[in-house]
Amino acid sequence: MKCTRCKAPAQVQLRAHNANFCRDCFLFIFQRQVERAIEKERMFRRDEPVLVAVSGGKDSLALWEVLHGLGYQTTGLHLSLGIGSYSDVSTEKTAAFAAANGLPLITVRLAEAGMAVPEVAGLTRRPACSACGTMKRHYFDQLAIDRGFPVVATGHNLDDEAARLLGNVLHWQLPYLARQKPVLEPTHPRFVRKVKPLFRVSEYETAIYAFLKRIDYVVDECPNAVGATQLVYKEMLNRLEAASPGSKLTFVQDFLSRAQPVLPAATGDGPPQTCAQCGMPAFGEICGYCRLMRETEQKRERRAASGAA
Amino acid sequence: MRITVLPRRQQVEIAGRRRAADVLRELGFLPGTAMVIRGDELVPESAMLEADDDIEVRSVISGGAP
Repeated sequence: MKCTRCKAPAQVQLRAHNANFCRDCFLFIFQRQVERAIEKERMFRRDEPVLVAVSGGKDSLALWEVLHGLGYQTTGLHLSLGIGSYSDVSTEKTAAFAAANGLPLITVRLAEAGMAVPEVAGLTRRPACSACGTMKRHYFDQLAIDRGFPVVATGHNLDDEAARLLGNVLHWQLPYLARQKPVLEPTHPRFVRKVKPLFRVSEYETAIYAFLKRIDYVVDECPNAVGATQLVYKEMLNRLEAASPGSKLTFVQDFLSRAQPVLPAATGDGPPQTCAQCGMPAFGEICGYCRLMRETEQKRERRAASGAA
Repeated sequence: MRITVLPRRQQVEIAGRRRAADVLRELGFLPGTAMVIRGDELVPESAMLEADDDIEVRSVISGGAP
């Protein structure tokens, strides 16, 4: 098996692209795909500081490595979620990557603020992934605006976008479909631009990139993700992909080029208001994060009162 | 061959030589959902794995919070 680009022995087979690559050509093609996505979608310029949300997993560390390699000005933002040893390892690997590459990193430890994800999910009886997502979005938005970053980049890949699209289509979530874009422009003075530079590369490609670049990422799955609906959608999409390579890319690309542009008029989802409690954007009197924190505090007080009685 | 499956840390032994793609199929992985690693080298799915190889099969799927 030879490299499609240079005819050297190939190491990577990409069925979706009907192509094989040697190590060096794969790394080149991957970086070029990310760079083209940034430029074509006008995600950010080289003189703009980019806040990269970094979990310690393959996608976010690969993203940070590529952006740094391409010469963008990046700072990492890592939320230590308080999910036992999984979070400890994630925080260690993120810090080690930043140190090894001389990159600035902001780390926020939710457990130290009394807001570890397992405790919040347990007290409010919400699915852990739902509570975690609400908290992550709040911290990304707030830290970006408070520290003066005009853009936040996340490591969402093609598989994440395809799974999200499938979920949104299955439930005809028109407001969510209208916002499912690789670039989300701010709709509130305290929102910044959010971008997904990996939206065209599969998680197989991202994992291979991280491996070939010897990036030491967290291989373990988040313990809370077991049984998550998103993983069911990914399994279904991977079955489709096995039968018809390229299906995921076509699904997402055709949605973005053909369906997505006609959606906003159909949704009627207006711009956000301002949260009466924290001043961040809100769809209602207070934002989802403050609602979650208020509920957590109430449940914690109730539990303490019943324990004292 | 001795196989370590990550992230579930499962140890599996398979007798004889096999193509990497066949090993993935026997372990229940769909194409493009796991890397096959021998030593510190990535092995393409069409490559042959020998009976005395030590192999790591590493899932690439992650997910959970949106």
